[in-house]
Amino acid sequence: MATTTLPPPPELTADDQGRGGTPKFTPRPGHVTASGSHAEKSETGVWVAVAAISMFFAAFTSSMIVRQGVSPDWLHFELPRVMYISTLVLLASSVTLELARRRFTAASDPVGSATAQDRSQVSKGMYWMYVTGGLGFLFVLGQLLAWRNLRAQGLYLATNPSSSFFYVFTGTHAIHLLGGICGVVYVLSRLRKTNGVARKSGFGAFSIYWHFMDILWVYLLLLLVFRF
Amino acid sequence: MGKLFAAVVVIITVVSVGIFIAHTWWLPVDISTTGPAVDHQLDETMVGTGVLFFASQIMLAMFVWGASNTSSTKKIKIFPGGSTPLVAFAIILVGIEILTLTFVGSRAWGAIYIAPPDPNSLKIDVQAEQFAFYFRYPGPDGVFGGIHPDKIDDGSGNYFGLDPANDVPARDDIVVGSLTIPVNKPIWLTLHSKDVGHSFFVRELRVQQDFVPGLDIPVHFTATKIGKYEIVCTQLCGLGHYNMKAYLDVLSQDDYDQWLKTQAGQ
Amino acid sequence: MHDVSAQPVAHQHSAPTGFIRKWVFSLDHKVIGKQYYALALVSVFIGMILSWFMRIHLAWPNWPIPLLDKLSAVGAPAGVMTPEYYLSLLTMHGTIMVFFVLTNAPFAAFGNYFLPIQIGAEDMAFPRFNMMSFWTTFVAWLVMMAAFFVADGPPISGWTAYAPLSAVGGDAGPGLAMGQNLWAISIAIFCIASLLGALNFISTTLDLRTKGMSLSRMPFCSWAWFITSIIALLAFAVLLPACILLILDRTAGTSFFIPAGLVLSDKLQPHSGGSPLLWQHLFWFFGHPEVYIAILPSIGIVATILPVFARKPLLGARAVVGSMIAIGFLSYMVWGHHMFVSGMNPFSADLFSVPTLIITIPATILTLLLLGTVYGAKMRFTSAALFCLGFISVFISGGISGFFLAQPSLDTILHATYFVVAHFHFVMAVASIFGVFAGTYFWFPKMTGRMMSEPLGKLHFWLTFIGVYAIFMPMHYLGLAGNIRRYSAFVDDFMIPLIPVHKFITIVALLTGAAQLIFLYNLIHSRFRGAIASENPWEATSLEWSTSSPPPFDNFGGRHLIVYNGPNEYGTDGPQDYIMQTSPEKAPVR
Repeated sequence: MATTTLPPPPELTADDQGRGGTPKFTPRPGHVTASGSHAEKSETGVWVAVAAISMFFAAFTSSMIVRQGVSPDWLHFELPRVMYISTLVLLASSVTLELARRRFTAASDPVGSATAQDRSQVSKGMYWMYVTGGLGFLFVLGQLLAWRNLRAQGLYLATNPSSSFFYVFTGTHAIHLLGGICGVVYVLSRLRKTNGVARKSGFGAFSIYWHFMDILWVYLLLLLVFRF
Repeated sequence: MGKLFAAVVVIITVVSVGIFIAHTWWLPVDISTTGPAVDHQLDETMVGTGVLFFASQIMLAMFVWGASNTSSTKKIKIFPGGSTPLVAFAIILVGIEILTLTFVGSRAWGAIYIAPPDPNSLKIDVQAEQFAFYFRYPGPDGVFGGIHPDKIDDGSGNYFGLDPANDVPARDDIVVGSLTIPVNKPIWLTLHSKDVGHSFFVRELRVQQDFVPGLDIPVHFTATKIGKYEIVCTQLCGLGHYNMKAYLDVLSQDDYDQWLKTQAGQ
Repeated sequence: MHDVSAQPVAHQHSAPTGFIRKWVFSLDHKVIGKQYYALALVSVFIGMILSWFMRIHLAWPNWPIPLLDKLSAVGAPAGVMTPEYYLSLLTMHGTIMVFFVLTNAPFAAFGNYFLPIQIGAEDMAFPRFNMMSFWTTFVAWLVMMAAFFVADGPPISGWTAYAPLSAVGGDAGPGLAMGQNLWAISIAIFCIASLLGALNFISTTLDLRTKGMSLSRMPFCSWAWFITSIIALLAFAVLLPACILLILDRTAGTSFFIPAGLVLSDKLQPHSGGSPLLWQHLFWFFGHPEVYIAILPSIGIVATILPVFARKPLLGARAVVGSMIAIGFLSYMVWGHHMFVSGMNPFSADLFSVPTLIITIPATILTLLLLGTVYGAKMRFTSAALFCLGFISVFISGGISGFFLAQPSLDTILHATYFVVAHFHFVMAVASIFGVFAGTYFWFPKMTGRMMSEPLGKLHFWLTFIGVYAIFMPMHYLGLAGNIRRYSAFVDDFMIPLIPVHKFITIVALLTGAAQLIFLYNLIHSRFRGAIASENPWEATSLEWSTSSPPPFDNFGGRHLIVYNGPNEYGTDGPQDYIMQTSPEKAPVR
């Protein structure tokens, strides 16, 4: 095709640009990156996942409201105390996650030129990541205790619609949270591999997911407190 | 190739529409007071959409016929006025069609499903089970006995789970396998299901209603013609679904009274 | 080529060389797209053969059907189908076709292959998730197929699996014990796979567009895949909880969908208080958007392909995209129209009826704009173009009957009749499959580097086009006459006179089905023996035609395409009548 006979290509305005753009595909000099900035894609992905998970729990919630309205067999029971403690544990994990973020952002970014000071910041951040994951694990243990408590009261999965929904809500949330704990493991391994570059470790995406799990749990807890 | 396509589309359209117009296969005669509104609604929709169907298929055929001319002298043409007239046409024409159909149709729907049943209706209970319908008349005392699912026993013919030993109104309830009603009398059915979802459908009545397990669903209608009609199940209910049917016997008032007397005497 | 920024780039993952990494557990979106296509192709033939069995049984109930006794000696002793086996086949036909064909072929298969290329990306945003989503789908497929081989056979509750029939277990009938368990588990797995896939599609579209590829410059099928993936994300996120609750009702003794006092097989069921309508609401909240998951990609494919062969721009490009968005949005407000006579509050019927009818407005706009695109064109009648024109015709035919079924008052006579069967087969199944056929004839050269046989393609089109009308148009008449669907035989007085119509439909269905073997032969033969395809055999504008056929591993051989034009520049003046998206030539102002 006769490119030479054509007038120079029109300048692309800001509106014309795709969100991606060439920089994502072009490695910076002397440094070979993956195509696309890892952080941005994974954050978009997590926001999409947040939408899907919200829909998932919205479906359970509306099922619960319908089921509660359709028959007078709803058994109200008191939530196990341990759940309030585990809620605090989970909230604390969001705080420790933010502490980790501070350390990572305090470390200057350029790859390969990390100073000793940077490295110590990153390792402190990783320490807080361990704490975050540990608190998450503790929360799941707390849920196990809550289930034991319910079982001791004779409330099994099939006993009553209220106990059925209790196990469904807490169980599916716990599975999602376990996914978050896998995220902690993944982010930590990435941090080690990339020599402590938080931007490329999926940390940003992970933190969105983790905070969302927190908010989701607070929502579920309020639902359980007011509806059960 | 384009001309062939156009011809095939025209043939398909003309044959399809022709069979609709000829009423080769059509609804059976309507026998209910609410049916004419439904039939009217169907006719109106049939004409409106029939014109749309015919016009758009013929338009497709014409355009394709025109597009099959690919001589080098021909210039391509953009649709006159671009997309705006088409979009406006779609919004206005279809919009009017929708408004009319909704306005008229919601009255036909309301007459069957929203209007309250006549309090003087003849009340009949219907129990659907895999794969039969049973009908219950309150008997001389005019009161239905209570239903106890634990007492249901098809072997002894206790399809509804009545408890005549402890429940006085249940003793004279009449349970039969076909629906017998007097003509021109409002009928008020209450639908229960013993097991899974079923449906009550009489084509001639223009009435269809699902049985939902756990719910008592009211249906009301008035039959205007004496005769015998089929009641079929339209909700997939298991292996015998295709064979789940009963008969609707519409009798004159005298015949009905006679029938009821015979039943009560048994 | 016009791309000016050809620079070396490190691909996210280099091309694998081993067989397993290259063809089985591949991370390459192109291989994954082909895997989806292959799975859909196998599924569509299985689904079609099941429909043959059903059709033969409906017309000649006592004929022994060859091979059927091999599939199930219990369900079809000596080849004669039992009523319950008919329902098993019906359930599997619906499930396989809706989930593994209509969701997989136009959306997952073509979307995976062409979405990244069309937006100038090297791969999906998350290639590992992409691979997982295919293999999860495959596991779902295996679990579904396993239902054929359990003692009781596949479930008999239809693809809608209405509770409590689907929830109470084996007491309700054959196939409802293990078969129904496998069904529910398979669908739950399928939901997870689809969620992963939708997440990938959305992130890819938002983040990986190349320079100059603004949203408004995306080809229409990329738009359709993007909108569809949003619909799929929200719809499957509701079906998954519904399946979880169903599985718990079936296996853990809970009572979400099962009310008190049900007596099945003379046993009082140990459940209480559940709501069968809750299942219907959850299912149709997914189920109606699912219809658009099946049809929107095909609309997008046709809107992309038709201008290529009409040699003129798609009329009203913005209105087309706007209508697709409107359809996607409205699809969430109409689920109740499946439930007009199912015991829902009769007032809500009107509330669901109005948005349902309103959907006909964007659908009419789409149809008219496609028609307007054909007007005044210099059409090149290739197989792909014929299937696009056929799509318009069947989409009209199927859409028109929606006017009837959207009205609750007409549902009193048409619900659960063959009229409904005709409607959704036309608008959802045939229209969507026509889009897939058009896409296959159009993209096959790009996917394999070889052309498909045009004479065979045209023969396939004519037989299929006339065949589907002969099969599904008479079903409208059957429905009006009161022929109920999901009956394995017609014993009712008023249905017996309709049996000759069923015989006619069966004969045509067998012939039309056999015509699909031409397509299969064409596909396989052309893959190895077809003429070599050039880079842009159809003279189309979008980015996949700016790279070799088939594209290299990273799609563009390390080049970074820059996009200067929309995808719709056909019929322009100059030495050639189209402008590539990558061409810096300035498109004329229209």
